[in-house]
Amino acid sequence: MFHRESGYFKTSYKADMALYPLPIGKVAATGFVLLFLVVAPMVLDEYYLSIINIAAIAVVGALGLNILLGYTGQISIGHAAFMSVGAYTAANFAVHFDMPFWITLPAGGLMAAAIGTLVGLPSLRVKGLYLAIATLAAQFIIEWVLNHTPVISGGIQASIEMPRPVFFGTVLNTQSELYFFILPVTILAIIATLNLVRSRIGRAFVAIRDQDIAAEIIGINVYRYKLLAFAISSFYAGVTGVLYTYYFGIANYEAFQLPISIDYLAMCIIGGLGSVLGSIFGAVFITLLPIVIRVFMETVGVFFVDGVYLAQVIAQMRLILFGGLIIFFLVVEPDGLNKLWQNIRNYFRVWPFSY
Amino acid sequence: MSDTAGSGGSVKLKIRGAAKNFGGVRAVANVTADIQEGEVFAIIGPNGAGKTTMLNMISGFYHPDEGNILFEDHDISNVGPSKIAALGIARTFQNIALFRGMTVLENMMLGRHVLMKTGVLASFVYWGPAQREEVRHRERVEEIIDFLNLTDLRKAPAGALAYGLQKRVELGRALAAEPRLLLLDEPMAGMNQEEKEDMVRYVLDVNQEWGTTIALIEHDMGVVMDISDHVMVMDMGEKISQGTPDEVRADPKVIEAYLGSTDHKEVA
Repeated sequence: MFHRESGYFKTSYKADMALYPLPIGKVAATGFVLLFLVVAPMVLDEYYLSIINIAAIAVVGALGLNILLGYTGQISIGHAAFMSVGAYTAANFAVHFDMPFWITLPAGGLMAAAIGTLVGLPSLRVKGLYLAIATLAAQFIIEWVLNHTPVISGGIQASIEMPRPVFFGTVLNTQSELYFFILPVTILAIIATLNLVRSRIGRAFVAIRDQDIAAEIIGINVYRYKLLAFAISSFYAGVTGVLYTYYFGIANYEAFQLPISIDYLAMCIIGGLGSVLGSIFGAVFITLLPIVIRVFMETVGVFFVDGVYLAQVIAQMRLILFGGLIIFFLVVEPDGLNKLWQNIRNYFRVWPFSY
Repeated sequence: MSDTAGSGGSVKLKIRGAAKNFGGVRAVANVTADIQEGEVFAIIGPNGAGKTTMLNMISGFYHPDEGNILFEDHDISNVGPSKIAALGIARTFQNIALFRGMTVLENMMLGRHVLMKTGVLASFVYWGPAQREEVRHRERVEEIIDFLNLTDLRKAPAGALAYGLQKRVELGRALAAEPRLLLLDEPMAGMNQEEKEDMVRYVLDVNQEWGTTIALIEHDMGVVMDISDHVMVMDMGEKISQGTPDEVRADPKVIEAYLGSTDHKEVA
């Protein structure tokens, strides 16, 4: 509708392999970055920026899990535990060694990657449901270890207070200040993932997902690449954990329990497996859904429910609607929100004709 | 084709007394054979003769229980499949094993995996060394796409192509690795006459223009006898005959394996 694909002739393979081969793509991507980095902080207040912050953090985690789940075809139900590894690593570095965020971020990621690789070891022998159970065990083991090791987790209720990140002498206290810390990390994560999946390593991951025997025969060391996928994926998870810790101001294992792992699986599945855009859609969707439901219930619910019970009803309705909507979306489009978006795009690509 | 037989005279692949058992089943028993550099070498035999097991041993899926296999005088008996691919052996499968969700182009770029070097960090950054490598290998892949007449399909998902085309893409993926030994497991199975003729032409072109040594399993005797320099006949896991197509065709043991024993009648 707004643009046509025809008329743009590429004269080099480099141009054909660009991230956005069409000018409209470049314009749109730049537009979105400007919208979020420049316009949003000027227009929105603290509350909305805090929502964007939490969604942006979720995007990093969803991208990481999607590399493992959607691209490499290996499942992990222990991703929240990897986040807690990143969180505690960063908290300890920040508190005991007074490290700035540009060290705690990669440090948390690397530690999570190390643990994630270890947890990924069963993937060399088992697949599918069996691997799911193996990683589920990791979730509980890591939780237990953190909870019972005061040296790592601080002792009192296994939580460590996290100092605010400092950027060139400025302490990032408010949500709008944190915004400029979190969003660039998210944008970096998105670009890095886009690059990864279009290069040699990303193709090897997809090859393992589609046909592991054929992947082996064309020279991909399947074992090594599966572990690499676990490492990269848990690195993202670790970074997510560090971001959460800076965001909440506290590292606590209770923020990274099994339901969070399930949430992230839901993000990948609802957003679209094996798609960067899908990870973003899924993360934003799962993050915003409870908020939207609460606002909806607060405005519409008052007409049906006595104000005294409203808080209770909202809490219950949130669970019901959350589950219901997830089922609804999966029935309407099993391939996720990304596929829904593709369908819309394909419709308007040839609009007003049907093909 | 016998004029190209043994050009260079060296032996590409030596199979020395290779044997493989699955439980009590002797799939391959004490097979010894040489594949000459630059030839088309066919393995034929009735169903269950051990042909595919033989190929699987060469490509590293199975390791021989006895004997060994030498590729360019390098013992590969106990080397894993991904390392063997890196050494320069590529193969196709009897049942097509393409990456169905990926495009033809991506499938072939994957074929070049062993020739590419980009690591994790360079992949994340992409711009710079990784991009230069991608473009360089894309150029070579485009030549292969051109050679196999797949130019209009390069961005089509491999799983959506017709059977014959999928077989051709799989050949392309194997060729993309620039192998020195190419193993083809029934490249013409299930094809119509026209598709077979196309495939034979590609196989011969690869052999003659690029000098690639080819070992293939095929049931179509017409094709095998026409294009092979040497034929090995297997039955019940054993090698029962080997030679030029004419020699093999005249071998009474081969006729017996395919048509049954004549002694049998006299006994009965």
